[in-house]
Amino acid sequence: MFDPQILIAGVLNGLLAGGIYVLVAVGLTLIYGVLHIINFAHGSLLMLAMYAVFFLWRLSGIDPYLALPIVVAGSFVFGYLLYRGLIGRLSHGRDENILLLTLGVSIVIDNAALLFFGGDTQTVEVPYAGDAIEIGAAFLPIPKLISFGAALLICLVLGLFMARTDTGKAIRAVARERQGARLAGIDVEKIFAISYGIGIACLGAAACLLMPTFYVTPQSGYAFVLVAFTTVVLGGMGSFVGAAIGGFLIGVTESLGGLLLGEQLGQIGISLIFILILLFKPTGLFGSKA
Amino acid sequence: MSSRVKMLLAIGFLAALAYPLVVPNYLVTVGMLMFFAAFIGQSWNIAGGFAGQTSFGHAVFFGVGAYTSTILHVSYGWNPWLAWPVAMAAGAVVGWVIAVLSFRAGLRGSYFALITLAFAEVFRILANSVPFTHGGLGMLIRADIRPANFQFGNAIWPYYVAFALCLVSLFIAWRLTQSRFGARLVAIRENEDAARALGIDVFAEKVKVLMLSGAMCAAGGTFYAQKYLYIDPNIAFGIDKSVEMLLVAMVGGAGTIFGPLIGAVALTGINELTRWAAAVIPALKNVQPLSLIVYGIMLILIVARLPDGLMSLFGRPSSKAKPRHA
Repeated sequence: MFDPQILIAGVLNGLLAGGIYVLVAVGLTLIYGVLHIINFAHGSLLMLAMYAVFFLWRLSGIDPYLALPIVVAGSFVFGYLLYRGLIGRLSHGRDENILLLTLGVSIVIDNAALLFFGGDTQTVEVPYAGDAIEIGAAFLPIPKLISFGAALLICLVLGLFMARTDTGKAIRAVARERQGARLAGIDVEKIFAISYGIGIACLGAAACLLMPTFYVTPQSGYAFVLVAFTTVVLGGMGSFVGAAIGGFLIGVTESLGGLLLGEQLGQIGISLIFILILLFKPTGLFGSKA
Repeated sequence: MSSRVKMLLAIGFLAALAYPLVVPNYLVTVGMLMFFAAFIGQSWNIAGGFAGQTSFGHAVFFGVGAYTSTILHVSYGWNPWLAWPVAMAAGAVVGWVIAVLSFRAGLRGSYFALITLAFAEVFRILANSVPFTHGGLGMLIRADIRPANFQFGNAIWPYYVAFALCLVSLFIAWRLTQSRFGARLVAIRENEDAARALGIDVFAEKVKVLMLSGAMCAAGGTFYAQKYLYIDPNIAFGIDKSVEMLLVAMVGGAGTIFGPLIGAVALTGINELTRWAAAVIPALKNVQPLSLIVYGIMLILIVARLPDGLMSLFGRPSSKAKPRHA
């Protein structure tokens, strides 16, 4: 069996990777909680943000971490416009229709990326990519520690924004009682667009934190989308605390799965968790409703 | 059916029969791919269109069919024709398992769509990992070109097999619109709770339709494996196949008899058009993404503006009729 030291290292690395998943899942759960739509384009939009980080570095030499404000702002605007221009206008009726609509958006984005950026794997080369600190047998890369801390900080800021600001209160009001919010004078459509924008802005931040240690291809979106859904479903659709805890659990599952079952079979854990949660506890760990 | 429609269908049938005899081989293969897409699109349409059970993971049935017959043939020496019905049965069994698990848990709409995607992903990872599928290397079928061996030396025979499959699927869809089973499925699609209140055993009907759809799709998997003599986990269980089936049915008209066929004609046309555009305009060297971008835009437009798909452009009332007596 494995040395407990290696297991601990695996858990620590999983937790570090989970920080990013938290960020991705918080965006998805916010969009679901407020708009009640399942955003299948979430992975593709993350992929797009990762390309934005890559090209900022390649063309202007901007470090991924320094690019964070630019990419977050750009992602927010992109998300806001995507909702205003397309999703908000066309999404009516059955929830499967909205799922199909966001599937259409993801097909267009994925293939546009393939057409314009090519199918090659792209990475950002930063001098600190290999830096790490050692704790026992655990070998913790500095960029992952940074992304972990930054992801938690961003979640905290988002939590404060939702709790304290007028916009945050309006978002929560719309999430809870759409009609009531409208009667209270809140511009619901605008709140929808802002929420979608914030959800995508989270992806922008995640992209900046991912790129120093990860790579991007046009298929990256699909690689992330099931992970993101699993995280959100595990935590409970629409629950922020759930998304946070789900993200860490998924990170650890992935890390231990790879360690115990090998690279190929290790990936099965995430899909299995997704299926089992939907079958046996569709409200997730912290969800209030199915 | 009016007599004009019958005339059109008869002309279409004869044209499709004569088509491979008068066009070059390349276009015969294009026609084969079109009828094949219409066939697996119809398998999606039976569950996703008529019964309203949208699936994002129909490749799970396609892959199970392809792998079942290929394993029986390659590893156990079965004749592929004999392995074909077993592959269909395997597709039905997987449909039963997924349906019983998902519908017992009460999954509907988007959640059902996502869980089918996860099932396909589980099968893809398993096929990549277990020894009897030869893992990520995929499985090669030894070339032994004899019709008795489900291998054809020319382009024409696969065309006729795909055409026959498409006809069978059209017949099944037509039977559905005529039968009480089909009427119950429509009732379930339109309003599940109301259907239950009318005394329909919603769970049993949904299980049945997913088994039917799974068996059909698995039949397509075997055909594909025998045509290309190769199968691997990404071809068999990848999301691309699931999306292709969904697109064909949605674009043509989900829940209509001819929707998948019309969707397949449209998508094949776009494919050939982009191929042609790429030959003329050198900047467009990547054909595949270009046609998929067009498909994606079509899906968005159809969902938003034309829920009955291209079928509704033909001006006939769609066969997505209001539920009759159930």
